Amino acid sequence: MGLRRIGNESSTWKKIWRNRSLYVLLVPSLVILFCFTYLPMYGIVIAFKDFAPALGINDSPWAGFKYFEQFFNAYTFKSTILNTLLLSLYSMVVTFPLPIILALLCNQMHAKRFKKFFQVSTYLPHFISTVVMCGMILLFLSPSSGIIPKLASMVGIQMPNLMALPGAFRHVYVWTDVWQHCGWDSIMYIAALSAVDPTLYEAATVDGASQWQKMLKIDIPMLLPTATVLLILRAGSIMSVGFEKVYLLQNNLNLVTSEIISTYVYKMGMISSEYSLSAAIGVFNNVINFVLMMVVNFAANKLSNTSLI
Amino acid sequence: MAAAVAANKNKVQHTTTDKIFNFFLYLITGILTVVALYPMYFILIASVSSPSAVAGGEVILLPVGVTLQAYQKLMDYTSIWVGYRNTILYTLAGTAVILAVNLPAAYALSRKDLVGRRLFNLLYVFPMYFGGGLIPTYMVVRDFGLVDNPLVMILPFSVITYYIIVARTFFTNSLPDGIWEAAQIDGCGNMRFFFSFVLPLSKAIIAVIALWAAVGIWNQYMTALIYLRNEDYQPLQIILRAILINNQNMASMTTGAAAAEAQKLAELIKYAVIVVSSLPVMCIYPFVQKYFNQGVMIGAMKG
Repeated sequence: MGLRRIGNESSTWKKIWRNRSLYVLLVPSLVILFCFTYLPMYGIVIAFKDFAPALGINDSPWAGFKYFEQFFNAYTFKSTILNTLLLSLYSMVVTFPLPIILALLCNQMHAKRFKKFFQVSTYLPHFISTVVMCGMILLFLSPSSGIIPKLASMVGIQMPNLMALPGAFRHVYVWTDVWQHCGWDSIMYIAALSAVDPTLYEAATVDGASQWQKMLKIDIPMLLPTATVLLILRAGSIMSVGFEKVYLLQNNLNLVTSEIISTYVYKMGMISSEYSLSAAIGVFNNVINFVLMMVVNFAANKLSNTSLI
Repeated sequence: MAAAVAANKNKVQHTTTDKIFNFFLYLITGILTVVALYPMYFILIASVSSPSAVAGGEVILLPVGVTLQAYQKLMDYTSIWVGYRNTILYTLAGTAVILAVNLPAAYALSRKDLVGRRLFNLLYVFPMYFGGGLIPTYMVVRDFGLVDNPLVMILPFSVITYYIIVARTFFTNSLPDGIWEAAQIDGCGNMRFFFSFVLPLSKAIIAVIALWAAVGIWNQYMTALIYLRNEDYQPLQIILRAILINNQNMASMTTGAAAAEAQKLAELIKYAVIVVSSLPVMCIYPFVQKYFNQGVMIGAMKG
């Protein structure tokens, strides 16, 4: 009785005061977030300035859209954007459906031991670091001693040096990604399938449905909602393909197809010290990303009531 | 009777299609298992084979001319062990910081009576969609004196929204509302409640996030690439990059035929280095697989 009366009378400030220690719990993360995430957002202004390290951010003269124009007019502009989009779209088209298929296969397996073994072996590559993964790719594809050209020559195929072929870069990038992450990405779908009511399968069996039919008519429809949400999430990050793997697999011979926005920003900023130009490209990429996210979020809201924010 | 026979016939027919289906199912999954495992198996057998056998392509299914030469050479390569030590330290400290920073925030955000909950949520989620970008972030980190400072591997990027969302979902769904009310009546404050009730009841989610964080830091290389110059602070992944990607040669003093041999050995060392650097994570994984899967499912519930 007494407790309830206090609750009714207390103003917002009193509520805040009563839960003050909850705010204390938030403080460490808020401080770090403010310092290293929100403060850098102010630094974006250098994209619109002729930034000189000696003058600092505030005293550097304004440059307007000079660096944006410089980027748009650079001969690398078109190819960099195109490479980013192509790599990311190709990657999405391939790496999105495969985990679903893997989960469907896994769900049909009745040999428990082998199923477990299959799952563990397909998850395992996920734990290899990007650096080691790229090292493995280079070792395996090496024209002089790599195992893949060796195996190919055993069946009579002469393999070119894939790392030196600009046309092969995207395939190497995407299909090694499939090897590394497909199993891991299927976990979500396997979880969704394990939630399917077993009586559905029993009913289908009574009606004389084969395993193949059960997969088509029960499993696939059951996965659709999960798949939609994940697809929407992926679509929002089209312009942000991972920097690490691309940067590690890049070399002068495949640069024509492997230079993407994030690697370009890194080289401009950290290696050539073109701070303002690099920041301008970063802003450009960020804005496109943000707009894409908003559009996707809006579409998702309309389509399935799943909002990301 | 006739119906029963028909039903029986039907059943037989379906078992045949199911048999074909199963044949292809196990064939495909069998092939996929081999495809998934073989590259890792090959690295392992190549690392213990003789350098010339590997270079000559003789090693395919079993090690040839077993030798631990590569591993012995590796023992002398001190920067790997410095990197190893650094990575272990970063992983331990970084995981601790991530837990200490994200778990309390997640708990506070899970409480419905937190005034301003929506605003705070937005503050945490917004950076997922927008950020300062590389150069502005670099300048801020530099102004804090964290460039070439090992703390950069632990502190600045320790707030991870995804972990907060997952932990928040866990706290919301698995802590019964009744305990907080009961504890409150007994005069227990928020702070004490968090430390003596919430944390002990959330061992599962703590394990999941600790594992994610540890694997993430172990494999992390971009932060070090951008912010660390001093060789004494480099984590393992940067050393690996030097050896595996940039072909930093460990035996370049020799000439002639010896040089060719040294070249082969240098290739072999790459295999050994992959084994040495990846084995810890791989060995731990099967034991903690249960938690990982659990975590993915908790994460999946957020939609």
